[in-house]
Amino acid sequence: MASNRRDGMHHAQNLIICEHCDSVYQRRKLSRGQVADCTVCGAVLERHQWIGVDGQFALIVAALIVFVIANVSPIVTLKLSGMAADTTLWGAVIAMWKDGAQLVAALTAMTLFFFPLSQLLIFCWVLWFARDGRRAPGFAQAMTALVRVKPWSMIEVFMLGTLVAVVKAHTYFDVVPGAGIWAYGFLTVLITVFSSHDARHLWDITGTAKA
Amino acid sequence: MMSCHVCRLVTAYSDDPRAHCPRCHSALHVRKQGSISRSWALLLAAAMFYIPANVFPIMRTQSLSSKDDNTILSGIFELWRAGSPGLAVIVFTASIVVPMLKFIIMGILLVSVQRSSGLVTKQRARLYRFVELIGYWSMLDVFVVAILSALVHFQILSRVEPLPGVVYFGVVVVLTMLSAMSFDPRLIWDNRKSQ
Repeated sequence: MASNRRDGMHHAQNLIICEHCDSVYQRRKLSRGQVADCTVCGAVLERHQWIGVDGQFALIVAALIVFVIANVSPIVTLKLSGMAADTTLWGAVIAMWKDGAQLVAALTAMTLFFFPLSQLLIFCWVLWFARDGRRAPGFAQAMTALVRVKPWSMIEVFMLGTLVAVVKAHTYFDVVPGAGIWAYGFLTVLITVFSSHDARHLWDITGTAKA
Repeated sequence: MMSCHVCRLVTAYSDDPRAHCPRCHSALHVRKQGSISRSWALLLAAAMFYIPANVFPIMRTQSLSSKDDNTILSGIFELWRAGSPGLAVIVFTASIVVPMLKFIIMGILLVSVQRSSGLVTKQRARLYRFVELIGYWSMLDVFVVAILSALVHFQILSRVEPLPGVVYFGVVVVLTMLSAMSFDPRLIWDNRKSQ
């Protein structure tokens, strides 16, 4: 029994289990562009990581800068009879809060600000150490947080929502896009690139020094 | 063997409810706990909230001459009439089609798993992944209302405000997402008769 378990642990790094159907596979080295699919249920097991840790770090820093710009710059400006009004994400959150939709204001702030920001900051933290092949302090908690937060980051939906709102407003007002909308567009692209990279690969790349 | 849902480390199988991953210390579960009951509860709660979400208006547009309260559906008609059929389709898809699909598909998945059906497992697995994919896109209308409420602030001339319907709708999106996240797709495969 004991030796069986040791054998199991020894080979554990080379195995991967499909999260959707529990099928066990031997991991293979993937080359550029390759995706490993579960043959039983069709779910993606893992993808080739075509951006190295350094590249990912550069992207994360870029994303953080763009995130700040996107939140600080007005998204779009409306003009009517000589008056102008614009808003940022927080402007929208505050407007919803003041108008009595506090729950939605909180939801918007969480999904569009706090969760994406946490993702970016935590990922940045973890990548900074991963560049040296080390695990950052609090690595396990950081990685767990990344997995939990990921489905609740909705910046892409916000992008589409902004476009719909702008077109809707265009029927009655003059609409002038602001720096914010471009920043959000760029952020959406960056986030999409990131989504294809499973952060969990960092467990393999970083050493087994104290986690 | 079992794998950790956080770091994917493969370890020896254990029935112990207190088992932890040796690498990342997350709790190890063979299957998501109470998956079927939690998923059903969240799904049914979401379905209940979907009614007020559609019956109550989500947005009020006020101008000098009129005060327009719009529900999700009337907002879609407005977009269509105002000459943006493309947008009307997008909003219709995000706010009506996606939630309805989630209700129907999650319902099918839950019923089929409870009835220990071993049929069409691969298709059901695909349906689940589809639900996971479309999950958060129904938040679209919520964000549209948020942006317009913040932008259209021209006092008496023109003013947009959110209305209670949008809160119910936001709740529906969150609940359906939670329902899909509580569902353990491996349950689909637990009942197959043959490979």
